Amino acid sequence: MSQFAINVLFVGASFALYIAIAIWAKAGSTKDFYVAGGGVHPVTNGMAIGADWMSAASFISMAGLIAAGGYANSTFLMGWTGGYVLLATLLAPYLRKFGKFTVPEFIGDRFYSKNARLVAVICLIVASVTYVIGQMAGAGVAFSRFLEVDATMGLIIAAIVVFFYSVLGGMKGITYTQVAQYCVLITAYTIPAVFISLELTGNPLPPLGLFSDHSESGMPLLAKLNEVITELGFNQYTADVDNKLNMVLFTLSLMIGTAGLPHVIIRFFTVPKVADARWSAGWALVFIALLYLTAPAVASMARLNLMTTIYPDGPTAEPIQYEDRPNWIKEWEVTGLIQFEDKNDDGRIQLYNDTESFAPTAQERGWEGNELEVNRDILVLANPEIANLPGWVIGLIAAGGLAAALSTAAGLLLAISSAISHDLIKGSINPRITEKGELLAARISMSVAIIVATYLGANPPGFAAQVVALAFGIAAASLFPALMMGIFSKRVNNKGAITGMLTGLAFTLVYIFIYKGWFFIPGTNNLADIPENYVLGISPLSIGAVGAIINFAVAFIVSNATEAPPKEIQELVESVRYPKGAGTAVDH
Amino acid sequence: MADDKSNAAAYWSANVRLIAGCLIVWALVSYGFAILLRPLLSGIPVGGTDLGFWFAQQGSILTFIGIIFFYAWKMNRLDEKFGLGE
Repeated sequence: MSQFAINVLFVGASFALYIAIAIWAKAGSTKDFYVAGGGVHPVTNGMAIGADWMSAASFISMAGLIAAGGYANSTFLMGWTGGYVLLATLLAPYLRKFGKFTVPEFIGDRFYSKNARLVAVICLIVASVTYVIGQMAGAGVAFSRFLEVDATMGLIIAAIVVFFYSVLGGMKGITYTQVAQYCVLITAYTIPAVFISLELTGNPLPPLGLFSDHSESGMPLLAKLNEVITELGFNQYTADVDNKLNMVLFTLSLMIGTAGLPHVIIRFFTVPKVADARWSAGWALVFIALLYLTAPAVASMARLNLMTTIYPDGPTAEPIQYEDRPNWIKEWEVTGLIQFEDKNDDGRIQLYNDTESFAPTAQERGWEGNELEVNRDILVLANPEIANLPGWVIGLIAAGGLAAALSTAAGLLLAISSAISHDLIKGSINPRITEKGELLAARISMSVAIIVATYLGANPPGFAAQVVALAFGIAAASLFPALMMGIFSKRVNNKGAITGMLTGLAFTLVYIFIYKGWFFIPGTNNLADIPENYVLGISPLSIGAVGAIINFAVAFIVSNATEAPPKEIQELVESVRYPKGAGTAVDH
Repeated sequence: MADDKSNAAAYWSANVRLIAGCLIVWALVSYGFAILLRPLLSGIPVGGTDLGFWFAQQGSILTFIGIIFFYAWKMNRLDEKFGLGE
């Protein structure tokens, strides 16, 4: 059977499974559509959160970025797991006690203002759409490779699949489908990693293999990797970073963004009790950690395997002939995501870091520039092929990558559509809208979001994980501070929360747009997106943390200068703090 | 009613103290050991690199899981102790 047929078989079978589950648990009412009847066990819920959470960014893109950046990109690992500590301690139990459907609903009620709810809707839409752009970019890469088409075609196919997938289901369908998706994606991610770890280090557990000895050379794996890549002019994989301020802010931005993203918070409304909300956060992180502990191993091992593929006799010997390149390079060349240019016309592939300090060595070896461009988003998908694993493993990783992208895109689109149909239309514009009308509005807004995200996903403002990191910055700067202050302060009032959210959002967006282009439209940026141009070296990916601090500060100053919230609001804050009498998630 | 109020206040301040403790550990392993204090830990070797690198790629994640389960367990006991559970 050809590899193409195997891919189609795996992807097809996994989709048939999800659709079967979705039909079995079809959403009947608006309440089911949003919160799945409020009766989900913490372990099940944790697994669904895991699938919701681990998107194309975690599955497809993250290990590639770690492979390229080494230690410096550990920020993704810490940032996307550490946020769960904030969720479990600062938000989830109280929002569960509050017991409404959506994040803007809480903000609107706590800050007793329709305008606050409206501002929250805007923040939510901006953050979620940015996030979906990253998903579409990642799903596009996966589809283009496995269906053997170019990247744009892959993106369009991804958009169509996401459309049918999300518009038909609701939360209830999604909860059980996502349990299935979690199982598919975690198996797909770990199986190749186990094989590769075993091959390189003799240890079947990738997280242990990462810190074990490289079987062939007897050196520690990471030391071996450092040796190979420094010979080719790259920085040491484990090298420390100079700009620690940026690294701290980036990690912080991802962590608080995690706790501010509506599609994750929404999940905590689906557990029966406040205590279960706390356990759910813990279980979610356990399931997430299975992938996040494997990812750094995948990153370093894939980087080493890539280097040994190109330099089979070691980095100081000659690289392989282009004619003799392995099949996987040929296949990825079709998608345009690997590009080769024989700059010195010697027929060999020179892959190295083309910097000034390496120039003398390059000249000595007769090299005239790096000749192989490898898109970082392909590393995980190409990983089994690089390691010569059997065809079914490649088919499995295709299914896993698509499960990751689709499950998150579906969760986000649900959050966007509920913000528009429930918070915007039912909450402000037309409170007497029928259930049917609300569902229709939800589906229309999903479709619009998919179209916008696909259009911008064709020229994404970075690799999938970087685009997603921008979304986290936006959520961190806008929603998280309002949610946290709503629970932990009785003094913050409507004016404080609204000005805080707006300044946090505006500050962060402007900083991002200056470097990444206005509304992410390519070519409209004012300054080149390079570290030399950043204020204090703070990258647009890290600015959300600063935006969040500004949000907190503005909200406190404005609240203290204006009147205290009314008594019933202070009582509402009191009641949110104690688990007693939580009841189930209720409509108005 | 007065008892209820002081009971609730005591519960809340116990919760806030517990959260503060959890967040100190949370910040220490990630921003501390893995980033800012890494140069200080560079003398402790772990599998071809140093302890700071291990915290950045594994240790912090494992600690985060520990923190959340500890918090959930401790809070459930507080809920019972103060009679505010469900």
